[in-house]
Amino acid sequence: MSSEMYEHMRSNPKFQELVSKRSRFAWTLAFIVLTMFYGFVLVVAFKPALLGQPIHQGSMVTIGVVVELFMFIFFWVLTGVYVYRANGEFDSLTQELIKDAWKENK
Amino acid sequence: MGRLKRIGTTLGLFALTTMATLAHAGPPLGGTMEKQPINVPAIVMFCLFVCLTMGITYWASRRTKSTSDFYTAGGGITGFQNGLAIAGDYMSAATLLGLSAMVYGQGYDGYIYMLAFFAGWPIILFLMAERLRNLGRFTFSDITAYRLDQGKVRTMAAISSLTVVCFYLLAQMVGAGQLIKLLFGLEYKVAIFAVGILMMVYVIFGGMVATTWVQIIKACMLLVGGTLVAILAMSRFGFSYTNVVAQAQAVHKLGPKLMYPGSLLADPVTAISLGLGLMFGTAGLPHILMRFFTVTNAKEARKSVLYASGFVSYFFNVIFLLGLTGIIIVGQNSEFFVGGNIKGALIGGGNMVAMHLAKAVGGNLLLGFLAAVAFATILAVVSGLALAGASAISHDLYARVIMKGKASETTEIKVSKVATICLGFIAIVLGILFEKQNIAFMVGLAFGVAAAANFPVLILSMYWKGLTTRGALWGGYGGLVSAFLFVLFSKSVWVDVIHFKAALFPYTQPALFAMPIAFGLAFIFSKLDGSERAKLEIEAFEDQYVRGQTGFGAETASKH
Repeated sequence: MSSEMYEHMRSNPKFQELVSKRSRFAWTLAFIVLTMFYGFVLVVAFKPALLGQPIHQGSMVTIGVVVELFMFIFFWVLTGVYVYRANGEFDSLTQELIKDAWKENK
Repeated sequence: MGRLKRIGTTLGLFALTTMATLAHAGPPLGGTMEKQPINVPAIVMFCLFVCLTMGITYWASRRTKSTSDFYTAGGGITGFQNGLAIAGDYMSAATLLGLSAMVYGQGYDGYIYMLAFFAGWPIILFLMAERLRNLGRFTFSDITAYRLDQGKVRTMAAISSLTVVCFYLLAQMVGAGQLIKLLFGLEYKVAIFAVGILMMVYVIFGGMVATTWVQIIKACMLLVGGTLVAILAMSRFGFSYTNVVAQAQAVHKLGPKLMYPGSLLADPVTAISLGLGLMFGTAGLPHILMRFFTVTNAKEARKSVLYASGFVSYFFNVIFLLGLTGIIIVGQNSEFFVGGNIKGALIGGGNMVAMHLAKAVGGNLLLGFLAAVAFATILAVVSGLALAGASAISHDLYARVIMKGKASETTEIKVSKVATICLGFIAIVLGILFEKQNIAFMVGLAFGVAAAANFPVLILSMYWKGLTTRGALWGGYGGLVSAFLFVLFSKSVWVDVIHFKAALFPYTQPALFAMPIAFGLAFIFSKLDGSERAKLEIEAFEDQYVRGQTGFGAETASKH
């Protein structure tokens, strides 16, 4: 039974839509996180002095702290964005897909 | 160049021992660990915690009937609860103590480390969380063995899971014994027995329901305790970050360099290898992966990561403030130093900054509370580990490999309870034997094996159609053996434990080297596998793929 259901879903154009939309979205977000994080690691390894500079003359707040705090918040916001879209748009598409497959199966 | 490399290696070792230990596990063993006077408020508060969790375990035991209840709390944990529990798994006593100590000693470097811990979570969400939930049932081997040879692949996954669990558990036990000796003034052996026996009780009677609630309560205690200390400490500086940094720089030995990246990540190879190991090691730890099977569906699995990463991110920033304020409040108070000399060593060792800070801003009561939190944390983490190890034995080895899926649920649960008792006794006995040993490498080994043996096969089985049984076995065993050998030949075992003169492998972080070996072997041997069986396995990917994407079939699986 399952195998037939999977066959119905696979042949549904909505499945392709779901998979390509979600993969593109997930990989884009992953790419942003990995680039920013490993970019930051490379700055730490090769240009550490840059991160110790104050954000403006005489300030106690350094660039490194601001950049990191930004990443802590930004990465979390990205997880929020993904969860919002996946639990909304992608999940309703998935539900439709399963419903269609049940119909075809009858 | 030679010097740079040497520094890199030393720091790498430090990084390995501290970071990995900090992340989830037992406290890094810095400084002397002499027994302290008995701490009454701490013991009272800890006993309250034990009473509460025992009550929950009793309640949980009446609801734990099926294997699904035992391994995954019946899949009925909500995203929010699971998020707290994951955060609890991730923020251990050692996170609080070790990372605040690192900021205290190294300033900004500690903050960089915390980002490295955190950055893995978004990646786990984007690439793994929903497929894990959609394909898995009780253990992550359910996913790797989904379309491959059940017996062989599960045996391999169970061996590497148990390797990770045993080394990790042992590191936890030894760390726990020493920390408790220090904080509560109990004997090392008493502490080990207390941890081992409480762990067995939680897991055997309460299964995943009790383990999850222990984790949730402890995560809340940790968040509240840490925040409270941070608020009290910051109030001394008018809640001004500028004031804190200005004063900290004025008194710290690094001076203005306090807020510069220091030498911890100076060697790019170590830095990248460490980053990979943490990110993908986390994604290969059996007790963390198991948490994804406790929620109802992929929707809740995603929410769990959102909540977990929110708590972790928040708490790391709190720890940064604890470390910075500690520099001024603890670092300038002779009461906290051996012999009252503020240029000397902290009482109880370098990792006691957060504890001393709690005492300085909130007196003995707050210190007691934080010490109780630390004990609770250790219990929660070892319980999660024991459950993951027991499920590898009972679900993978016993029910699927030995009984070939014909075991009844009742006997399977019995086997997992016996397995928990065995793991508990092994942990207690080895914990006592290893009291004086250098166990720092064990956490590194656990992470290395998780990143090199568990993660590659898991991710390939979810994403790559071409993976066959032969490829999975070569990749899994190859990753296991190479991670093991890299750690064995590195300075942390070859020189520090076996006492040879020079390390055979120059780096202490195996991930950058062992992971490509595992991926490479899995790829080559899958490609070379022309058997009939391999063709069927590749064909079976199509159905697995649809289930991974839609979750269809997963809900029925969790009900039966």
